Parts: sequence; C-alpha cells; structure tokens
Amino acid sequence: MLRDPRILTGSIIALVVVVLAILGPLFAPYGENEIVGKPFTMEGGPLGTDYLGQDVLSRVLYGGQSVLMIAVLATVLGVALGLVVGVTAAYVGGWLDELLMRGNDVLLAFPQILIALVVLSAVEQPTWWMIVLLVGIAHAPRVARVARGVALSYVNNDFVTAAEAIGEPRWRIAMFELGPNLVVPLLAETGLRLTYSIGTVAAIGFLGFASNPNAADWGQMTNENRLALLVQPWGVLAPVILIGLFTIGTNLIADGIGQRAAKGA
Amino acid sequence: MSAVEQEALVEELPELPTRRVGSPARAWTQWLLRRLGLAILTLLAVSIIVFFATNALGDPVRAILGKDYDVSPDRVAALEQLLHLDLPTWQRYLMWLGDLLRGDLGVSAANGLPVAELIGDRVINSAFLVLVTAVIMIPTSIGLAMLAARWRGGALDNSLQFVTLALAGLPEFVTGILLVALFSTSVFHWLPAVTVMPVGGAPWDRPASMILPVATLLIAVVPYLARILRSTMIEAMDSDYVELARLKGVPEGLVLRRHVLPNTVVPTIQVTALQLAWLVGGVVLVEYLFNYPGIGATLVDSVRNSDFPMVQALAMIIAAVYIVVNLIADVLSILFTPRARTGMVK
Repeated sequence: MLRDPRILTGSIIALVVVVLAILGPLFAPYGENEIVGKPFTMEGGPLGTDYLGQDVLSRVLYGGQSVLMIAVLATVLGVALGLVVGVTAAYVGGWLDELLMRGNDVLLAFPQILIALVVLSAVEQPTWWMIVLLVGIAHAPRVARVARGVALSYVNNDFVTAAEAIGEPRWRIAMFELGPNLVVPLLAETGLRLTYSIGTVAAIGFLGFASNPNAADWGQMTNENRLALLVQPWGVLAPVILIGLFTIGTNLIADGIGQRAAKGA
Repeated sequence: MSAVEQEALVEELPELPTRRVGSPARAWTQWLLRRLGLAILTLLAVSIIVFFATNALGDPVRAILGKDYDVSPDRVAALEQLLHLDLPTWQRYLMWLGDLLRGDLGVSAANGLPVAELIGDRVINSAFLVLVTAVIMIPTSIGLAMLAARWRGGALDNSLQFVTLALAGLPEFVTGILLVALFSTSVFHWLPAVTVMPVGGAPWDRPASMILPVATLLIAVVPYLARILRSTMIEAMDSDYVELARLKGVPEGLVLRRHVLPNTVVPTIQVTALQLAWLVGGVVLVEYLFNYPGIGATLVDSVRNSDFPMVQALAMIIAAVYIVVNLIADVLSILFTPRARTGMVK
C-alpha cells in the first residue's frame, strides 16, 4: 500500500503533524499559559507572542492533541454509527431500509457545522465530548449512505445466501460475511471523514466554541489571534498551516486507498 | 475523486420511475408529486430536529442570561414567559411551527426585534455571495475538467489532479486565513481583509471586498467539482458511442462538445447541486472570517448570544435551501434524461 505515492506522501505528512502534536509538549520552550512578553510582539520564542503575551510556539506544540483527539474520536463514532445504519438498511431492506434512508436524508439537509452550532447555542460552555458527539453524528448519515451502497452490492451474493441457508444468525452474517468486504472502501471513507473532522473541530474552535477557553488549541488559537494577523501573523498562521497540512495528508491517503479499492486491490 | 465518492455520487442520482405507468405524462406527474411530498416531509422532520436540538444539551434561559441567571430571578421569569417554557416542549414546538407556517419567524431573544426584520437584508447578502460564487464555479469547473480530460495523463492533467487533490481537503477557514495573510496583510496589501460596509450599504457597492470571500468559497468547491466532472467526462470518453464518433472521423474537439458533454449533463447537475448546497453551509465560516454581513455571520453571533428564535430561523432557512436545491436538481436531471422523462425506464 505504501508504494502508492499518494498514500506514502499523505502518511508522511499526517504522521509528522501527529508526532508534533503528541511529542510537542515535551519540547515546548515555555508553559502552555506562561506569559513571556507583551501581547502580539516577537518576544519569547521564534514565533512571538499571542493575544495575552503567551509564547506562540509553545501553544502550537501544546495545542495539537485536543484537536486531533476530538477529531479522531468523532470520526470513529461517525463511522461506527454510519456503518451500523448503512449495513442494517442494506441487509434488512424493505420498509426499514426506506425508513432509515429517509431519516438519513433529513440529517443530510444540515450542513455539517450547522448541527453543532444549533445544539451549542443552548450550551453555556461546551465540553469535549459534546464536540465529539456533534461532529460524529454529523458524519454518520454520510457514512451510512456509502456503507449501504457498498453493502448492497454484496447482500445478494451466494456466500450470504449460503450463510443464511446453514442458519447463521443475521448479526453474524452482517459482521463476518459482509463486514470484511466493506473494510477497504470504508477505510477510504474513514480517511475522508477524518479530513472533514479536523476541519469541523478546528472550525468550531475558530468560531469561538472550544471546550476550554484557556487551553492551547489549534482551532481556538486562530480565533484568539485573528485580529492581529497584520502585526503578528504567526499566532494564526502556525496553527492554520498545521491544520491544513494534516487535512492534505489525510485526504491524500483517503484518495489513494479509494483508488485502490476501485481497482479491487 | 476517490471510488467511494464516486459510489456516493451514484447514490445521489434521483430514483427514476421504475415501472411504466400509463402515459409518460402521468408517470412524470406521479414522480413529481412523490418527490414534492418527500421534500415537505423532510422539511417537517428538519423543523423537529432544529427545535429540539436547541433544547438537547442545555437550558436555554441559563444560556441566554449567563451569569445573570442566579442573580435576577425576575429576568428568568420574563424569559420563561417569552419562550413559553411553562408549556410542554411538544406544545411549544407546535406553536413555533404554526408561526413558521404563517411566515412569522418570531422575535429575537437578544433585542426583542422581529427576526424577519433582522435577517431580511442578510439573506439577500448571503444569496448574492453564493450566486456570484456559483456563477464563477460552474464554468470554471467544467472548463478545468474538460482541459484535464482532453489531455488525460498529460502534464496539465497531472498537475491539475495534484493541485485539486491537495486543495479539496482544506477546510475553508484555513484557505480563507491563508488568502488574507497572502493578499491583504502579511505579504501583499492588495485586498481588504474584512467587509466594511457603510450603514445601509450593500456588499456589491464594494466589489473589492467580495474578492477574497468569493475566492475562498471557490477554492473550497471548484477542486472537488472539477475532479468529479473530469472522471465523469473520462467515463463518457471511453464509451462506445464516442469511440464510434472518433472512428468515423469527427475531430476530437467536436467529439468533446457534441458527444461527451451532453452525456455528462445529468451528473454535472447532481454534483453542482451538491456543491451549491454545501456553499449554503460553507458561507457560515467564510462570512464570519471576512465579517461579511450575511446569515452565516449572523448565525454565529446568534449562537454565541443563545438567541434561539434567530438560530432556529436561520437553521431552517439553510436546511430549506438545501432541500430546494436538491429538489430542483432532481427535477432537472429527469428533464435532461430522455428515457426517464418519458417514463420509459425498464
């Protein structure tokens, strides 16, 4: 798989960002909330200071874990939910299929960030699991659609009929007969969802709805330091570039896997 | 485009009438009525979600008042009265829905003004932003896709494929911030970074301030659209009828225009509709970033102020536009598919 130039390049880019986020705090020259100079100047580390005079480089090194963690959890939740709904719809068929897919259409009418915004309007201070839940649920209908499409092409195959004939329980058929066939196409979908997760989670921070207002967080940093883009751009640019790099990486991986899946490799 | 996206795309195509029911006109009318009914049902379900989602994880009054919640019980009581919190949720939903159907969007919880009055101009501003983007997006994407498909595997195609793939995954606020840094603050100082409007002015009075928001939206939608259109075109170019046209000596340019392009109309409509629908949500971040006076920026402010009537109205508008865009795309797809239009499928 790593011979595919897209998957290789994407993996390297994504991995660099992940390693930076995980090991970052160990190398941060200053503390997460340590004031090192006047706000929006080039004091402190090489990237200067942010809106409170905290060190931008240190905040960048601290701020990746929360974004990546929430995005990964949201992706896992969304793919799992979507998989269950999609495979159930495809395998059971009939009125349940119709019902699930119509319900799916309703959720699809909400742009991804809208669900999060509507729910967050009633919440004073969102917690991290709320963001996981909201971003994950927004993914689910999109994954369900793909999962159903892929599963539909297998449900009438002989191996499914054979398993039914020997009396295997339905949930076992869904998991062990259909499941393995969905792995590669859904891996590509998962990559794509991870790309959008990062975007949405960071966007929630960018709009100012992050879970912890004092913590360093790439999304939130863009919001905090936005006004000073003219005088001290690094407070915004550094986290934005890292988010951008990560999404480019995961998107390359998703596309590479998708093309391999199409070729049947 | 990945295979998964392609498969998702096939799913997007509208369900065509599968049986031949009487005359074509009757089949067509039946399909249209069913599709309209579904759209209305979807909208109804959307309204239920919008209403209950605002109550799902928090207490509205507490969110509106913030720190004042504990110190001013009279304001709590007043707000509870305004939002009818003494009634059961279902009853409140029905009241809200009834008002909505009569065209009454309610009163803002933040300043007591009618919601319709507050968002009227903003809806127009957002529609203008989306429209300008769409007008540029469609020909650009088709043009790029045709160029790439015409010289498939060439240097141009490969570089386009690479650039569009890299851009396709970038979140729109990342693109937006990078554009601002590049063109209006850090590197060059050519374009305004935010939309500054005189009171009572409209964004089209200041075309320069529209450039960056539109460019950001374009970078978010064009790469994806161009990639999908390219693979649709390539699929058509590999078909037997195109091969035949080439064999009988039709010049390649004419083959593209006369034989390939018409056969990509329906997928083009479908994907374009998807991207348009995406734009309606995408404007939220872009408007906030550029301080553009549209519904997106208003939505963010209303969410921050926990102004439920505003949030609900704006969410309904955005979802309704999505549903209408898809409905129109489905109708157009059927109109451009002769065998579906005449009810002759299978």
